[in-house]
Amino acid sequence: MAAGTPAPNSRLPAAARHPWILGALGLLALLGLWALVAGLGVVDGLFLPTPAAVWAAGVEEASSGQLWSDISASVLRVLAGFGLSALVALPLGIAMGASVTICRLLEPLLALLRYMPAPAFIPLLIIYFGLGELPKVLLIFIGTLFFNTLMIMDAVKFVPRQLLETTLTLGGSQRDLLLRVITPCIAPQVLDAFRINMAAAWNLVIVAELVAAESGLGKRISLAQRFLRTDQIFLGLIVIGLVGLLIDLSFRALMKRSCAWAS
Amino acid sequence: MSLVLDSVSKTFPLAGRQVSVLDRISFTLETGRFLALLGSSGSGKSTLLRLVAGLERPSGGSLELDGAPIRGPGPDRGMVFQNYSLYPWLSAAANVAFALELRGFSRSEIRERTAFYLEVVGLADAARRLPRELSGGMQQRIAIARALAAEPRLLLLDEPFGALDLQIREAMQEFLHSLWRRTGLSVLLITHDVDEALLLAERVHLLSPRPGRIVESLEVDLDKQDLRSLRLSSSFQTLRHAVAESLRRLDPELG
Repeated sequence: MAAGTPAPNSRLPAAARHPWILGALGLLALLGLWALVAGLGVVDGLFLPTPAAVWAAGVEEASSGQLWSDISASVLRVLAGFGLSALVALPLGIAMGASVTICRLLEPLLALLRYMPAPAFIPLLIIYFGLGELPKVLLIFIGTLFFNTLMIMDAVKFVPRQLLETTLTLGGSQRDLLLRVITPCIAPQVLDAFRINMAAAWNLVIVAELVAAESGLGKRISLAQRFLRTDQIFLGLIVIGLVGLLIDLSFRALMKRSCAWAS
Repeated sequence: MSLVLDSVSKTFPLAGRQVSVLDRISFTLETGRFLALLGSSGSGKSTLLRLVAGLERPSGGSLELDGAPIRGPGPDRGMVFQNYSLYPWLSAAANVAFALELRGFSRSEIRERTAFYLEVVGLADAARRLPRELSGGMQQRIAIARALAAEPRLLLLDEPFGALDLQIREAMQEFLHSLWRRTGLSVLLITHDVDEALLLAERVHLLSPRPGRIVESLEVDLDKQDLRSLRLSSSFQTLRHAVAESLRRLDPELG
């Protein structure tokens, strides 16, 4: 994480040096601008609800339980689809990274499939599997499998050759190479790949729910559109963002805990 | 232990033709001896060590360890690479223990032997630290401890101190020398450092570059009780000057 952030600016006032303070300021400024524009009434309330109205919509949906069931419906779809994708990508990516033959066999295919936008598969998935849970889970699976696989393959290819050779000179077997060297060595990159591709999964579940669903955050937004409830649309967008951020932060925390050696 | 190389050659394909890297290398190394192969870059010395380690196959000739041909890598030949090659996710102790786990020791034996080998390289205090928290010299001592833990019949060192600062390199050379005297290890050292070869090895083979060929062999007849004063002695300086001259003459690029 530290590698991506610019060096702390020593000219900043002491109060603003904590890495989160400026970020919070930016957020507050946007919120203030929103409240100001909505409060002055320059924009029709139908198009731009006030923060208070969105908050009220949130309180209402939370107390009725609607918000929580929507969140859990969307999150469960993501977990199922992404979990399946990770389960397939891990052995596939390792095999492609470790074996030139398998890599040459599959890489062109994956490179092609990767450029087919996953949402373009929705019509087919609906024809094949109807409107239930399966097509949504499969959409997330298709949309993340190739990226997960290729990123894991790359991680395996970058395992230092000398670590593998050292293991062989210490008497290690091929199995030791796989389980005791390659696996721990790529763990940080794999977690990071999962974190990055999770964003795509989160996008796809909303897309799937916008198209056809009985529940979920995307479904709530598309219903709100029908009734011109922009407060609920704003609420939906904010919640989608927050849940995504939470998933991202969980992955970072997991990585910090389990791969401290790589930071 | 007896390592016998007989007329070993190695060619690599390059731009559609075969380039000779090693040309009919023959030598033997007996138990407890310290042999150095000294050559500039392009002399194929690293390739030679990789052949002995079994990480590559020769194009011609034979390599035998105790009468059996070398067919692949194995724990009987411990290897120490220039860039330490420690597992970065394992602590110093776990790196050493790794070699013991591969040999199938019990938990308590692993703990005991790990402590022993950390003690041998003088790093018992660093047991719990990750490689990146250790200096280059300390990392290389852990790598040596790990190689020793596999109890190899022969220790292969590939420019082991080449990445270290001069002062640390000299200290490590003294460390390796005393380790060798204490343990009676058989050592094959690859280096381009004339001082290092003469200070540590009993016998030095000079390799010519492109293709690598043994052009000169010498027994190092110096009193090695105290390496630090030996470095400054005139007998050592005279010898190192002569060997450096030979090495220079071998490489047309150096004139």
